[in-house]
Order: sequence, then structure tokens, then C-alpha cells
Amino acid sequence: MIRFENVSKRFEAEGHAVEAVKNVNLEMEKGKIYGIIGFSGAGKSTLVRCINLLERPTNGKVFIDDTELTGLSDKELREKRKKIGMIFQHFNLFSSRNVFQNVSYPLKHSGLKKEEINKKVNSLLELVGLSDKAKAYPSQLSGGQKQRVAIARALANDPHILLSDEATSALDPQTTKSILNLLKELNERLQITIVVITHEMQVVKEICVKVFVMEDGEVVEDGDVFQVFANPKKKITKDFVDSTSNLNKIHELIEKKVSVTELFPGECILKFKYLERSVSEALVSQISRQFHLDINIIFGNIELIGENPIGGLVSIVKGKREDIEEAIYYLRQKNVGVEVILDAGVIE
Amino acid sequence: MQELLNDLLPNVMTKLPDFYKSVGETLVMLLWSGSISFVLGMILGITLTMTKKGGILQNTVIFQILDKGINFFRSIPFIILLAGLIPLTRLIAGTAIGVEGAIVPLVFGTVPFYSRQIEAALAELNPGLVEAAQSMGSGKLEIIFRVYLKECIGGIARGTTITAISLIGLTAMAGAVGAGGLGDFAIRFGYQRNQIDVTYVAVIVLVLLVSCIQLFGTYIEKKHTH
Repeated sequence: MIRFENVSKRFEAEGHAVEAVKNVNLEMEKGKIYGIIGFSGAGKSTLVRCINLLERPTNGKVFIDDTELTGLSDKELREKRKKIGMIFQHFNLFSSRNVFQNVSYPLKHSGLKKEEINKKVNSLLELVGLSDKAKAYPSQLSGGQKQRVAIARALANDPHILLSDEATSALDPQTTKSILNLLKELNERLQITIVVITHEMQVVKEICVKVFVMEDGEVVEDGDVFQVFANPKKKITKDFVDSTSNLNKIHELIEKKVSVTELFPGECILKFKYLERSVSEALVSQISRQFHLDINIIFGNIELIGENPIGGLVSIVKGKREDIEEAIYYLRQKNVGVEVILDAGVIE
Repeated sequence: MQELLNDLLPNVMTKLPDFYKSVGETLVMLLWSGSISFVLGMILGITLTMTKKGGILQNTVIFQILDKGINFFRSIPFIILLAGLIPLTRLIAGTAIGVEGAIVPLVFGTVPFYSRQIEAALAELNPGLVEAAQSMGSGKLEIIFRVYLKECIGGIARGTTITAISLIGLTAMAGAVGAGGLGDFAIRFGYQRNQIDVTYVAVIVLVLLVSCIQLFGTYIEKKHTH
């Protein structure tokens, strides 16, 4: 569907060159939602602009279906772009045009008659839930409404692909959620492939199936969202996972010697983490019973990616040394990650 | 009423036909040089914006030539331009005096200023809109007309108003070298023959003209700003 072959993009600025995208190879299948996550300056915006050639790669080839975009003439490329919608962080609506005129902008020269355009625009506005705002100007709309108009406009030519460049970064959490739900719904209803770039882990967790993690112009990690975030391999991926989880706060708490972390002999602090999908056994009760342990959960962080829980628990475990060790062994067998964070030693 | 006017404006009332003619001449100069400058200035202003660094038709050579050329003509005081352009004016208009003779220097005096006004108006466009238009498959001409010009109508109206008003000032100056018009009328009678009421009337007409242009410009700008 979308394929990159050794794509690189260099920017020359006053004598020194910046390589924004370095030798990226990737493939995206039709009808799925992909996430590209990275911190500012990682090259994700440039990478996504290489899909519709708003940025022309200095090296490499870009394919959509079986057409090599990088080999098309300007005119052919413009036709192709009509089938690749794009939405932006700051919406980029035409302020001198009202909502209806914004959405109908890409339909001029499309060969549709006036009534057909009217019908099309109205159905798009209905799709994004803004039928009553057709006559309003962008300045009269809220951020979320503006992004909905932008989505309707991007869908006007029935694209196969929708690119979203930080489309929710300027919105509050609630609006973000509603826009993400809309994207998910569009993906299901229209079978449209969506590529979402973001620096927010939340966005990827919410709607993406696959994720590419970018750092310094390179894709450093990619794959199924659950797998990538359950077992992050690169430091940057771990940072993203930590950014939404509070499990690592335990280290701060210990450093500050907060009372909950004061241990008595025979106790230790353990961190349990889900590494696999569908962990649905009552593991805490099981080890507590089986190994005669007292387990005091200090805090936890469990979220859903798709339908699978990801995250973990930090708990104080009290019991005999060999029981604790056996419990750890047992859990690891069950594919639960166990990390000993603090150990108060054996009971004398 | 007639008597009151005769009392207040003794000198104007004795040369009413001259006065009407000079108003007409000012309007003719304004319309002709204004329309020509509007077209030329718009073309140059758009070319400047599109060829500058980062523009959709980036071209350093064309940009530099235009940029320097405009600066050159803008730095020549209009009264000197009037005299300096006489040979060129003769070539183009066939005469260097009268209303026809004034149009060429008026255009030369206005176009550089107006193209800068257009450039400034177009520079206000959020570059994200160009990117959005490109992502929707718009071509370059479409971006110029449907994005730049359409989105910047407010700024263009403002720049056009300012230019039209400064053009009125220039037509009065052109009058000084024999182009006719209200400026000429005021200088010949009001200044040289010390008929102060002539100067006042000329000023009042100019104020009315400027006010009308400003009102119209503001109306267009308001109408297109949302």
C-alpha cells in the first residue's frame, strides 16, 4: 500500500546539511491505522510529508500501491495527491471561506456538478457531525470543530490514505479523544489507511495498530503496538512508555525515603509487568496463596492497548526468602516481568 | 445660496468651468494611472512573493532583479522622476505634457510602491495554507488565485487604499509640471495669484476624494475579514 525504499531527506541550510530522514524502509498495509511516534525534531513530520511528496526525498523511492510517486510528473502527482488526504496540527483552514466553502475547495475541477458538490459536502459534514455549521466561518469554531472541518475537507476526494500531522496536539484531552474516535470510526467505515504522527503516547495507544518509533531521522523500532510497548527495546521507546506510566515513580519515592517504601526485614519491593497479551489469571492471589506471601500493592498502572492490558504493579512482598524466589520464578514462567527494586534482606 | 458662494469664494465662482475641468483631469489621471498601476503592481507583487526564498516558484535571479529594480525606482523623488522620464514618456504617450504626459511618470511612481504593498499583504498568508492546498492537489496557478489572492483580499484592499491615496498626492504634483488637474489649478490661482479660496476648494475636493476611497477600501477589507 505505502512503501518506502531507502528514503532519505537532507536539508541544506547555510552551509551545513541536516539529515532529517535517514535511509528509511517501511511498508504499510491497506486499511490499518499506523502511528509514527517521536520527540520534536525526530524527523516524523518530514517522513510523513515524503508520503505525499510535500517534501521530495533526496534519495530513495516512495510507492503507493504499485505506483512510484517519486517517478511521476507534477501533473500526475497532483492527481495522486487528491487521493491522499492530510490534516494538520493548526488545522490550516481558509479563514476567508466558510465551512461549506472550505470543504468544497478540493472539489473544484473535480468534474462534479453543483448539486453533486452540494450533496457531497453535506454528507461529509454529516459524517464529521457538523451539519449545522455549514455557514460558519473558521474563526467562529472551536479547535475540535475546526479539526472536524479539516477532516471533512481532507476526505472530499474519497482518498485511500489519510495523513494526520499532530492533528490532536493543539487540542484538549477530551477533544483529542473525540477526534481520535472519529478517525477510528472513519477507518472502520471507509477502510481508509490512516498514518498518524504524534509525540503523545496516548494517541498511539488509543487508535494505532502498528507503530514506528523515530529518533534522529531513523525508524529505531517498529511493529505491533502492544509488542513494541510491552517490551520496549530502545531507550527512546522506554521513555515513551514511561511518559504515560507512573511505575518508575517508585525510584523517586525510594530516593525521597517516603514512608511506604520503608521496609522491614523479610520484605522487598517488586515490580510486576505484563509482557504478553491476555494475562487474565488471578496471579496475585495465586502466588499469595501458593507461596504464603503477603502482597501489598503500593500502586499500579494498567491500561488497555486495543483489548489487551499493558502496564504493571509495584508491591511490597513479605514472606520467606525461598518462597519469594519461587514466586518470582513462577511468575516469570507465566510471562510476567518481575524486577526486584528494593530488598530489605532476610529475617534474622 | 448663489450670493453666499459668490461672497465666500469670489475667485472660484468666476472660473467654475476651469474648476470642473481640473476636477475631471484629476479623476482621469487617477483612473488611468491607477488602473495600469493596479495591474502592473499586482503582477510584480505576486512575482516577488512567489519567487522569493521558500515561495512556490522560487527563483533567486528574477527575485533579485525585481527587488533591486523596485528599490531603485522607490528611491527617486517623484518630482525628479517626472523630469527624468520625459524622453520615455514622449516615446510611450507621444507627449510629455498634459494629462497623457502625466500618466507614464505616475505609473512609474506608483507601481514600485504598490508592488511592495501587495508583497506585504501576501506575506501575511499562513504558509500552512499553501501546504494544505498542495496536499489537496492544487497546482501553482490555483494556489496563487484561490489561496493567496482570495485569502489576502483584506490586506490587498488596505494596500490598494493607501496607494490610491498617495497617488492623489502624486497627481497634484504632476500638475505642477503642466499636467493639469486640481494641483495645477490650486498652484496657478491659489498660490501664484494669492487667491486663497481656490486653494481651500481644491483641498476640500481632495479631502472628499480621499475619504471616499478610504471608506470604500475599509468596506472591502471588513467584508472579507472573518
